[in-house]
Amino acid sequence: MGHDTSMLVLIAVLTLSFIAGSFGLILGYAAIRFKVEGNPIVDQIDAVLPQTQCGQCGFAGCRPYAEAIAKGEAPINQCPPGGESTIVALADLLDTEVLELNAEHGEHSEVPLVAVIDEMNCIGCTLCIQACPVDAILGSAKHMHTIIESECTGCELCLPPCPVDCIDMIPIKQTLADWKWPEPKTLSPNESTEMTHG
Amino acid sequence: MADSVYKFHGGLHLDEHKAESLTQPLQVASLADEIIIRVSQHIGEPNTPVIETGDTVKRGQLLAESSAFVSAPVHASTSGTIKAIEERAIAHASGQKAECFILIPDGKDEVFEQPENSYQKNDLQKSDLLAMIRLAGIVGLGGAVFPTAAKLTTAIKHGIKTLIINGAECEPYITCDDVLMQNNAADIFKGITYLQTILQPEQTIIGIEDNKPAAIQAMQQALADTSLANTRVTSIPTLYPSGGEKQLIKLLTGLEVHSSQLSFEIGILCQNVGTCAAIAKAIDECQPLTSRIVTVTGPGVNNPGNWLTPLGTPVSHLIQLAGGYKVKQPKLIMGGPMMGLTLESDQIPVVKATNTILVLDHLDQPEVNECIRCGSCTEVCPVQLLPQQLYWYSKTHQFDLTESYHLFDCIECGCCSAVCPSHIPLVQYYRHAKGEIWQQRKNTYKSDRARKRHEFREARIARQKQLDEERRQQKREALAKKKAAEQATKATQSDNSPAGQTVDAVQAALERVKARKKAQQVDPKNTSNLTDEQQRQIDEANARRNKTTADDA
Amino acid sequence: MTTPSSPYITPSASTNRLMLNVIIALVPGSIAYIWFFGVGLIVNLIFAIGFALLFETAILLLRKRPLKPYLTDYSAIVTAWLFALCIPMHSPWWLIAVGIGFAMIAGKHLYGGLGFNPFNPAMVGYVVLLISFPVEMTTWYLPLQISADSLNIVQAFSYTLGLVDIQQWDALTSATPLDQYKTSLGLNMMISEIKQSPVFGDFAGVGWEWIANWWFIGGLYLIFTKTIRWHIPVMVILGMLIFSVSFYIVDPDSVASPGFQLFSGGLMLGAFFIATDPVTASTTVKGRLIYGFMIGALIFVIRRWGGYPDGVAFAVLLANMSVPLIDYYTQPRVFGVNPPEDH
Repeated sequence: MGHDTSMLVLIAVLTLSFIAGSFGLILGYAAIRFKVEGNPIVDQIDAVLPQTQCGQCGFAGCRPYAEAIAKGEAPINQCPPGGESTIVALADLLDTEVLELNAEHGEHSEVPLVAVIDEMNCIGCTLCIQACPVDAILGSAKHMHTIIESECTGCELCLPPCPVDCIDMIPIKQTLADWKWPEPKTLSPNESTEMTHG
Repeated sequence: MADSVYKFHGGLHLDEHKAESLTQPLQVASLADEIIIRVSQHIGEPNTPVIETGDTVKRGQLLAESSAFVSAPVHASTSGTIKAIEERAIAHASGQKAECFILIPDGKDEVFEQPENSYQKNDLQKSDLLAMIRLAGIVGLGGAVFPTAAKLTTAIKHGIKTLIINGAECEPYITCDDVLMQNNAADIFKGITYLQTILQPEQTIIGIEDNKPAAIQAMQQALADTSLANTRVTSIPTLYPSGGEKQLIKLLTGLEVHSSQLSFEIGILCQNVGTCAAIAKAIDECQPLTSRIVTVTGPGVNNPGNWLTPLGTPVSHLIQLAGGYKVKQPKLIMGGPMMGLTLESDQIPVVKATNTILVLDHLDQPEVNECIRCGSCTEVCPVQLLPQQLYWYSKTHQFDLTESYHLFDCIECGCCSAVCPSHIPLVQYYRHAKGEIWQQRKNTYKSDRARKRHEFREARIARQKQLDEERRQQKREALAKKKAAEQATKATQSDNSPAGQTVDAVQAALERVKARKKAQQVDPKNTSNLTDEQQRQIDEANARRNKTTADDA
Repeated sequence: MTTPSSPYITPSASTNRLMLNVIIALVPGSIAYIWFFGVGLIVNLIFAIGFALLFETAILLLRKRPLKPYLTDYSAIVTAWLFALCIPMHSPWWLIAVGIGFAMIAGKHLYGGLGFNPFNPAMVGYVVLLISFPVEMTTWYLPLQISADSLNIVQAFSYTLGLVDIQQWDALTSATPLDQYKTSLGLNMMISEIKQSPVFGDFAGVGWEWIANWWFIGGLYLIFTKTIRWHIPVMVILGMLIFSVSFYIVDPDSVASPGFQLFSGGLMLGAFFIATDPVTASTTVKGRLIYGFMIGALIFVIRRWGGYPDGVAFAVLLANMSVPLIDYYTQPRVFGVNPPEDH
C-alpha cells in the first residue's frame, strides 16, 4: 500500500509539474510573440498632464513630473491646473486609487486663465519672456511686450519676475460657442461617481 | 404618389397639433416699436457691424457682415434709426446675451436701393446667382441656419445628382412651411429653378409629409405650371423625424449618408422650402432676407396662426398679434416641442432660425427614475443607436465609450426622451457629453501645442547653451594656441627666424587696409559751379575725414 | 440658470406603470394558482411583499436614498410576487425572509439598486434557497382536486408562522410533476408508466397546465400593453420546442412530450414574466432573440440532464450572465455607419 501511495504521489507531482511547465512555456512564448509595443509610461503620463509647465507640482515642468510619477517618486495629486479630471485620468492609467488634489500645490481653477500685460506700464525688461515656458510672450528689450493669448497656458510663471507688476491673470472670455450643456441632475447625486469605478 | 418611399428605423407618431395654427390665413405682422436684430444669425464665423449707432437705415440695408466663407450678412428689416448696438437676450439655451442692433422703425418702411450690380437679369450665371444668394444673407431656414451660398459652393465641387427640397415639417405644432407652400408655391419653384441652374441635378424631389394635403396639392399645381423637367413632389408618410436631412434622403432615395459624410458627398443636396422662396426673392427682387413666416401657436396663446414677420420682431409683439397669452404663466419655446429651446423672456427677437413660437401652458418636470433598460429608446431611435448605453456612459463620464457607441451620430431629435418611461432627460445627457468631448479635444489640442512649444524652447535653450559652450571652448583653444605661439616666438627669437617677417607681414596688412580705405574714398561729385561757401564746407569735411583716417591708421 | 433641454413632451409611459402592468398580468395566473393549490399562495404573497418592502426601506435608508421614488416604482412588489410564485406553498416565514433578503440585498441593492442589478433578484433569492434548503424547497402540495384535504387561510398562516406542527399535513405533500419525471426516469421507468401517476393531467400536471395557460394570457396582456416585447417569450418557447420536439421524436419513451414541457413548472411564467425583466435582459432586438432562445434551450438541458427537475431559474441566471456579451455583439448597425452598398 505504501508503494502504491508513493507511486500516486509521484504521478500527481509529475503531472502537475508537466502542466505547470507547459503553461509556463505557453505564457512565455505569448509574452514574446504578442508583446505590446506601447508608449513608454512616461509619455502616456505626460500626455495626460495639462502641459501648463507651471511647476506647481514642484518639478520643472510637466515632463519631469511625469518622469517622477513613472518612477513612483511623486503622487498623482500634485497638478492643480489638471484638477480632478487629470487625477482621475492618471489613476485610470496607472491603475491606482483616485486621490484628492493636494492643496499644498495650489487650487484648481474651473475657469481657465490667461496672462495679460498692461502695455502702458511695461518697461520692456524681457524678464517675463525669459520666464515663459512656452514662448508665448513677444517683445524685445526696451520695447513693449505682449502675450499671445492663444498660446498662453495660464501658468503664472511670468508674474513674479515682472519688476513693475504689470501682468494680470484674467479668465478667458466664454463665448456662446464655448458653452456646454450642463449635466442633468441625477436622481441620486452620488451615483455618477460611484458608478465610475463599477 | 406612386413613387416608392423608403423607410428609416424607428421614429415616432406624435400628436400633430397643426390644425390650431391653420385656422386663420397667413397674415403680415405689423412693425414692432423696437426691432432687435442679432448681429450674427447663422452658423459659422461671426459678423462685424458695418453700421454705427445713430445711423439711419432702410429696409434691406446691410448691417453686419463677415469676410469668412461660412458666413451670411444681416440686413435691416425696416427703415429707421439704429438706437444702439448692445447685448440683448437671445434665443440660446445658455440664457446668455449677444450683440444686437436696436432699430427704431420710422414707420415708412422704405426700401434700400441695393447698389447697382453688373448682373444681367436675363442671363444670370452660376457665379452671379451664388453671389446674389450670399449678399442676400440667405441661410438654411429649416433651422440649421447654415449659410446657403457656402453650402451650394461646396456642393458644386462634389457634383449634385439629386436635389431634395424639404417640405416635410415633421415636428408637431409647426405650420410655417405648410402655409408657405400653400401661399407661395410659385416662389418656391422659382427658387428651385435657380438651384437647378446652379447645381444641374439629374432629378429634384420635393418631399412633403402626407398630413399636409393642401400643401401637396398647391405644390403639384405649381409644378404643373412650370416646365421643370425631372422634378416631382412626393408625399411621405407622417413620421417624426422625417424632416431630418439624412432621414429625408433615406426616405426619398433609399441612400444612406455615411455617418462621417455630408449629404453632398454622395451627390445629394437638401434645401428647405423656405430657403427656396428666399432665394427667389433675393434674385428676382434683389431683396435680402429680412422677413420670414413664423408660426405662433400652442395652448398658451389665444389666436394661433402664421405671420410674415420682419426679422428682429420681439416675441412679445407676435404674441400680441396672436391675441395675447391665454395662461398666466406661459412657457415660451422657440421651435417645435421636440427640438426647440425655451425662452427666458418674450423680449427675445425673431431670428432667421425662428420657425415657431410655441406657447405652452406648463412644462412638465416629471420625476426621474433609474433606467430599467426597457429598450423603448432603441426602438424609436431614427439612427438606430443604443440610447440606453449612451446614457450609461454619459452619466458615468466614460466619454470615450460614448464615442464608440456613435454619440456623434445622434441628431438630438428627442425621440428617446419622449418615450423613456423613467423620464430621463436623455438628450441633455448626450448634449452634455458632446460638449465635454469637444472641450476635451480643445484641451488636448492646446496641451499638445503647449508641449511642442515647451519642448522647442527647451531645445533652443539647450542648443544656445551648447553653442555658448563651444564658442567658449574655441576661445580657450585659440588663447591656448596664441600663448603657445608666443612662447614659440620667444623661444625662436634668438634664432633670428621669421619674427621680423611676422612684423613685416602685419605692417603690410595695415598698409593694404589703408590703401583700400583710400580707394574707397568717395570721389567728389557735382563739383562744378560750386559757391565759395560750399567749397569751404567740402574742404572742412575732407579735412575731418582725412583726420579720422589718419587716426585709424 | 440654464433652460431645460428639449424635447418638451412628457412620455405617457412610466416605470411604475410598467411594473403595475406586470402585477396586473400576474393576477389571473395567481388566482388560478389559488384555485388549484389553495390559499397558501396568499400567505406566501403577504409575507414576501411585506419582507420585500421592509428590506427595501431599510436598505434605502442605509444608502441615504429618497424613499418615495423607489418605493412607489413597485419593483420590489414585482420581485416579491415572482418569488412567492416560485417557492412552494406553506413555506416557513424564515425561508421567505432569507430568500427575499438575498433577492433584495445581494440581488439588487449591492449592485446599486433598480436598474443596476445584472441578475434577476427574484431568481437570486429563489436559487439561494433551492441550494441551501433543498428539503423545504421541494415540499410541494397536491392540487386540491386530487388532494384529501386542504388548509384554510388561518391554518396556512399559522403553518407559515410555525405555530402548528408541520407533520400533520405530510400526507398532502407530493413531488411536482417535473420532479416525479426526474425521479421516475432515474428509475428507468417509461414515460407511459410515469404518466399513470394522479398528478398528471391532460398533457401536463393537474392544475399546472391551467395555471400556465393563465400566465400565457397574462403575457399576451403584457405584449399588448407594450410592457414587454414579443421577442424573449417567443424565443424561450421556441428554444424549448426545438429541443424537446427533436428529442421527443428520437426517444418518446424517456423524453417528456413538448406539450408537457411547455406547460410544466415555471416555463410560461419564466418566458413572459421572469426572462423579460428589462433590467437583466438583453436590450437589442437580435440580443433578445438569442437571449430568449438560450433560456428556452437551457431549461430543456437542465430538465433533461441537470440535477434539478426544473431549470428556469438557473437558465435565466445563466442567460443574465451572458447579457453584456450578447449586447456587445448584437449592436444594431448605426444609421450611416458601414451602410450596405446597395439598397
